[in-house]
Amino acid sequence: MTNEFWSFIFGRLTWDVLPLHEPIVVITFLVVAVGGLAVVGALTYFKLWGYLWKEWFTSVDHKKVGIMYMVLGLVMLLRGFADALMMRLQQAIAFNGSEGYLNAHHYDQLFSVHGVIMIFFVAMPLITGFMNYIVPLQIGARDVSFPFLNNFSFWMTTGGAVLVMMSLFVGEFAQTGWLAFPPLSGIEHSPASGVDYYIWALQVAGVGTTLSGVNLIATIIKMRAPGMTLMKMPVFTWTSLCTNVLIVASFPILTAVLTLLALDRYVGTNFFTADFGGSPMMYINLIWIWGHPEVYILILPCFGIFSEVASTFSGKRLFGYTSMVYATVVITVLSYLVWLHHFFTMGSGASVNSFFGITTMIISIPTGAKIFNWLFTMYKGRIRFELPMMWLIAFMLTFTIGGMTGVLLAVPPADFVLHNSLFLVAHFHNVIIGGVLFGIFAGINYWWPKAFGYKLNEFWGKVSFWLWNVGFWLAFGPLYVLGLMGITRRLRTFDDPSLQIWFIIAGIGALVIAGGIGAMLIQFGVSILGKNKEWDTTGDPWNGRTLEWATSSPPPQYNFAFTPVIHDNDAWADMKNRHSQRPIKGFMEIHMPRNTGTGVVLAGLSVVLGFALIWYMWWLVILSFVALIGAAIIHTFNYDRDYYIPVEAVAEVEDTRTRLLSGAR
Amino acid sequence: MSSNATTAEGEAPQFYELVPHHHAPHGSTQIGFWLYLMSDCLIFASLFAIYGVLGGNFAAGPSPEHLFNLQLVAVSTGALLLSSITYGFAMLDMDEGKKTGTLVWLVITGILGAVFLRLTLYEFYHMIHEGAVPQRSAFLSAFFVLVGTHALHVTFGILWLVTLLIQIGTKGLIPANKIRVQCLSMFWHFLDVIWIGVFTVVYLMGMLR
Repeated sequence: MTNEFWSFIFGRLTWDVLPLHEPIVVITFLVVAVGGLAVVGALTYFKLWGYLWKEWFTSVDHKKVGIMYMVLGLVMLLRGFADALMMRLQQAIAFNGSEGYLNAHHYDQLFSVHGVIMIFFVAMPLITGFMNYIVPLQIGARDVSFPFLNNFSFWMTTGGAVLVMMSLFVGEFAQTGWLAFPPLSGIEHSPASGVDYYIWALQVAGVGTTLSGVNLIATIIKMRAPGMTLMKMPVFTWTSLCTNVLIVASFPILTAVLTLLALDRYVGTNFFTADFGGSPMMYINLIWIWGHPEVYILILPCFGIFSEVASTFSGKRLFGYTSMVYATVVITVLSYLVWLHHFFTMGSGASVNSFFGITTMIISIPTGAKIFNWLFTMYKGRIRFELPMMWLIAFMLTFTIGGMTGVLLAVPPADFVLHNSLFLVAHFHNVIIGGVLFGIFAGINYWWPKAFGYKLNEFWGKVSFWLWNVGFWLAFGPLYVLGLMGITRRLRTFDDPSLQIWFIIAGIGALVIAGGIGAMLIQFGVSILGKNKEWDTTGDPWNGRTLEWATSSPPPQYNFAFTPVIHDNDAWADMKNRHSQRPIKGFMEIHMPRNTGTGVVLAGLSVVLGFALIWYMWWLVILSFVALIGAAIIHTFNYDRDYYIPVEAVAEVEDTRTRLLSGAR
Repeated sequence: MSSNATTAEGEAPQFYELVPHHHAPHGSTQIGFWLYLMSDCLIFASLFAIYGVLGGNFAAGPSPEHLFNLQLVAVSTGALLLSSITYGFAMLDMDEGKKTGTLVWLVITGILGAVFLRLTLYEFYHMIHEGAVPQRSAFLSAFFVLVGTHALHVTFGILWLVTLLIQIGTKGLIPANKIRVQCLSMFWHFLDVIWIGVFTVVYLMGMLR
């Protein structure tokens, strides 16, 4: 009775699945547990739980949700980067018959989880964080269209991250690479919990991503301030719009394809199996129809950030605004026509390969146009080499080289040589680090004073900048060389001792990048805790050009006491040029959405549902599913969702700002 | 409105809206819900693509002409299409502020939806009983998931409809409820459109194959 009873309660979750035989994981667990307890203890000791719950976790304020996304992305960056360091160390020492220090089971999980975390739980939250924080400010809105949905989306993304982190200590993660191709990811070849963690983590996070895409499109379409026609929108808002269109038009495909993979694994259907008429290639096609737009989802907002940075720090209007917008839209459309270049070698034939090779090369044209636009924006500009501008220049140098190696890979015959090699690994790190990550760093340095009211420390920012740039080339230069020599990706051990030096250089590069991340953390720490802060009392520390700089730093909860009216595409620069006066009286009460904890509850139940599915706890699956639907329905019975900020409260905040402004001038 | 404020050269234009103006409540809800529907549409698009590619892979198992009963499908299709019309009547009554009429038409819509669902389940039961289970072939996997996903949507639609009946019953036709009825309307008609695709691609073309 007892055995059956326990397996009913816990499904296939037993003591055996805990990775107690892996000392590295056990030590990691201890460190995480001690660190986690310390954080929980500190929060309890300083009585911060109530504050966090009321002011942050349940907040529907787009600015707070945006900051929470950024925190999630930065925390997960540390995890994803730890995995990268471990892989670099393994590959640097596993020569001359040495097995290195990671067994195959562990190493295969590492390269899979590294990719999944870096794309879904680092890059995605960071760009979503920026879009959340900046877009409503740039279009002169008070919040997003659906503030509750925004909070819910954030918690679903976090829920996915929680499931991935859980897989480190309870069971295992997929050993299939970050896209989990069948038949390897089928139940026959991956019977353990790894692929299931992969599926349900991405499904939970995917709900959040899709809904946040819907939310931001509706916001940009419906909530723009009067006078802001589409062609007067700031470029960052334009790129956000295109990115969210891509999200809404591609994530459902991921949802569908992962559901089908789950059905193959759980129910025994034959979508992607090798027999009974199934087709593994169907999976690979579908997942790349999502996967290729995904890389543009990541890069487009960063192009937007760089556009804002280029014009602000050159003191000029952006060169070629219209061509920038059209280039963005063209990239949006073309990104759906290139997916097959991820598997030229899989036998689609010369005609199909040529088509996708050509479309891939064409997509580099609008991207190149953007590079020229930024260059011409800088031309004859009064350039200030502040940190965001430095990241822009580093981006242009790095990303252009990454783009050129991409065009190289787009030539099908060349791809037959380079497919799945370290050359490819170097290429996509070159564009994702040199494009997305550098863009995020530019954005953090650029908008930090807006979000917190003071600038980031410049010295440590520069240290981080140089370490990242040097480290990047040290780490990925050797991979280009190795790839051209024919070394494939995801290898754990090597036979040819002459290769070792390249891997050692790459390992040193990873360490230098670690220094860059460390310097960035010090930069945050010094800036937050330091006594001599560069306070920004004006709300416009960089002499900015778009509307987010028209309000105080940090902006009040309602962003703008009076809705701005737009006459020009650099709205704030226009207001400054024509000496617009900020109204200092006649305030009105402001209609705002109310905070709610429903998002946390729904996402929490989704995590339980995912966990129950992973471990076959069917009673818990049913229970949590019913609870999830029930909680969602109960939420719809709450009609009391908004309130008014009284005139006096608005006047008080605005009078403080008036005093600060007069003091600063 | 100040949005079209164009001023003569040199004259300072207005840069802030100084008078309060009221946004229509739920101004973004319809476009937001429509965007969600489009994302849902892509899930169906993927499933149709799967069915298009794998739908002929019978793996020596049963094929459409052995399984489908067009008379049954005709009845369930009729029920679902009719439910779109009755939903339309509910919308008309709602626009005129007739609470009882709205509720009655919504109930009829829900019953027609339930009839459709019952017939789909009967078809599934019948097929499984004959050994045509989803595991049998890629064709059957694709069939069950495409038609099943649609049926699942109808189930959630009915659940939503019942919730709305309670909410209209207690709170009346307040704006917050009206916008929900409009969203469910879009959802319901969307499912009809999807079903026309399923009916054509799966059943009619399946029988012609």
